[in-house]
Amino acid sequence: MHSDDGQKKKEVNMKMDIILSGVGGQGILSIAAVIGEAAVHQQFYLKQAEVHGMSQRGGDVQSNLRISDKPIYSDLISKGKVDLIIALEPMEGLRYTGWLSPNGWLVTGKTPLINIPDYPKEDVLLETLGKRPRTIILDVDAIAKELGSTRVSNMIVLGAATPFMDISYTAIEEGIARLFGRKGEEVVAMNLKALAAGKALAESSIN
Amino acid sequence: MNSSLLLGDEAIAQAALDAGISGVYAYPGTPSTEITEYIQSSPKSINDSVHSHWCTNEKTAMEAALGLSFAGKRALVCMKHVGVNVAADAFMNAAITGVVGGLVFVAADDPSMHSSQNEQDSRFYGQFALIPIFEPSNQQEAYDMVFEAFDLSESLGTPVMLRITTRLAHSRSGVTSRSARPQNELHFSTNPRQFVLLPVNARVNYQALLDKQPEFLHQSNNSTYNQLFPGKDTSRGFVAAGIAYNYLMEHFPDGCANPVLKIGQYPLPIKQLRELAETCQELVILEEGYPLIEEALSGLLGVGLVVKGRKSGFLPRTGEFNPDIVGAALGFTTLTEVPVSELVKVRPPSLCVGCGHRDVFEALQVVYHEHEETCRIFGDIGCYTLGYLPPFRAMHTCVDMGASITMAKGAADAGLLHAVAVIGDSTFTHSGMTSLLDAINDQSPITVIISDNETTGMTGGQDSAGTGKLEAICLGLGVDPEHLHVRIPLKKNYEEMVQLLRNEMAYRGVSVIIPRRECIQTMGRKKRK
Repeated sequence: MHSDDGQKKKEVNMKMDIILSGVGGQGILSIAAVIGEAAVHQQFYLKQAEVHGMSQRGGDVQSNLRISDKPIYSDLISKGKVDLIIALEPMEGLRYTGWLSPNGWLVTGKTPLINIPDYPKEDVLLETLGKRPRTIILDVDAIAKELGSTRVSNMIVLGAATPFMDISYTAIEEGIARLFGRKGEEVVAMNLKALAAGKALAESSIN
Repeated sequence: MNSSLLLGDEAIAQAALDAGISGVYAYPGTPSTEITEYIQSSPKSINDSVHSHWCTNEKTAMEAALGLSFAGKRALVCMKHVGVNVAADAFMNAAITGVVGGLVFVAADDPSMHSSQNEQDSRFYGQFALIPIFEPSNQQEAYDMVFEAFDLSESLGTPVMLRITTRLAHSRSGVTSRSARPQNELHFSTNPRQFVLLPVNARVNYQALLDKQPEFLHQSNNSTYNQLFPGKDTSRGFVAAGIAYNYLMEHFPDGCANPVLKIGQYPLPIKQLRELAETCQELVILEEGYPLIEEALSGLLGVGLVVKGRKSGFLPRTGEFNPDIVGAALGFTTLTEVPVSELVKVRPPSLCVGCGHRDVFEALQVVYHEHEETCRIFGDIGCYTLGYLPPFRAMHTCVDMGASITMAKGAADAGLLHAVAVIGDSTFTHSGMTSLLDAINDQSPITVIISDNETTGMTGGQDSAGTGKLEAICLGLGVDPEHLHVRIPLKKNYEEMVQLLRNEMAYRGVSVIIPRRECIQTMGRKKRK
């Protein structure tokens, strides 16, 4: 069961090393689940290291997601080899920028989650991120408000990351449909809308 | 045949179900918790009535699993590495009794101490108990090994250990499952001595266990999980155990020029190790945890083989491996700290906003500061250990499950005036009840706070064995009803809680305060259901 699009995309030397980052409880794992579902459906190999346990209580969390057309050994990505960071929070996006490969992209949500006393000044943080090349900062809250749902923030961020992934957009859409199918058509539709909105925003800021 | 994306823990659980277990026995503990949770929510376990309720602690889990095996059925028992210490009495003796129904014991180690107090290596326990050990390098192997471990356990009449680490437990990958087989019928050992470890029988059983060792070694020597991959460059040979194999091969995507012995089954395969040692000028040992293989090969005196690993200083002695650490030791990469912007701050875990433990510490820190010279707070294992961190800084110990009460008692014995123990409800029933009994029998002047959130919070909200029973347990153990208090930890009760703490800390006997309010995470999950 592959879409034609999916087959075309499955080229030789497909390798994507992604870091997903955020704060415990923000739900980076739902993004990972969608990408994972899409990747496996396209017959790619996948390894995804998650963080469970103590750090989930409001600490910084990250997940290493590796996708390839060849078997993957390490669950963890080497420093300087990360192709894409998908962050739900700006400071947590900035935390891993040193891991990016020279051509790697950072896609991050704009709204800070401040639960520590020494959180950096918001304008300084965003300015620093804004100066980085290959960085997309998303006003997720504004888009979510426009869409009329605050529960799809993750899919907006994922949508904005899709232009930088070697997985077809259709495959991601199908992944959402399969994962959220049980929750009803409305939920699927809302998540797909969020995905598209994120993608559109990323594409407009690249151009 | 069915391929799905599973966590290492979930692969283990699915394999155990497919191998025909009749029960899983466990106490929650990171990184082992998801094994039991997967079985609890699996339609197969519900349809086939597979036992999956949480146990009170790892020892009761191990004993119940042994009882299931005694009755001929297959049992899975899982715990985190420090849980093995709790189960050790039953575990060591289960090796002496042997099993009837297959028994697989999963020990989930936590190198780098992501969620633990130490990084002890459970392979030593397996070796100590003289039983076979499997150590998977990926999720598919975890599945296959569990399935085969049940066969090995039944055919050789021994418990078998599966040793995993956090990285494997909490990493997801594609896993192909096998066709499921039915559970065993109820049946018993024909040997009346087997489970009666009177010295007269135990000596016989111990000898029988020793007599099985050559067969265990034979199995390892011929195991598909212990594979020697030849290589032309014999200036160095690699021994890579479990997941450490991946960090080696990450640097050799097209194959390694040196011979590599991949280890996945113990006792150590002497046949392949000898072959490798005889052809290579030096051996590099890659293993997560302690230098078990390195020590076995290098020997105490360091004569003979040239062996490099965690102990020799070739690799770091502590912490989890990653591709960069292994790459740096092999000269592929330089281990430099990735520059992080100074804007990025440490974001430690913290108690949730709205958590009842917070209200407990708000009050406790006030009373503590009134008696700083004479008061110490003995903590325990759970979310409330975060009371050590700012803003509370109201905790002086955290050692092992139940130690809060007994350490407070010991310190009171030493003359500490205000010894306060803080323990959660699940930790209390796990290992605190006997501690409290000691304190009561000694009339120790301690104040015990059982911060009851009616769940096992830190591991994600599993059922807590003492829910609804704590007052009865305390009274039954002999706590004076005058000094047993239940309160709701809320802002509006803050003053009352402070005063209660003052009063009870002044009392020269055992008092127990139970602040009780459901974990907000558990409450949230129930609402979403």
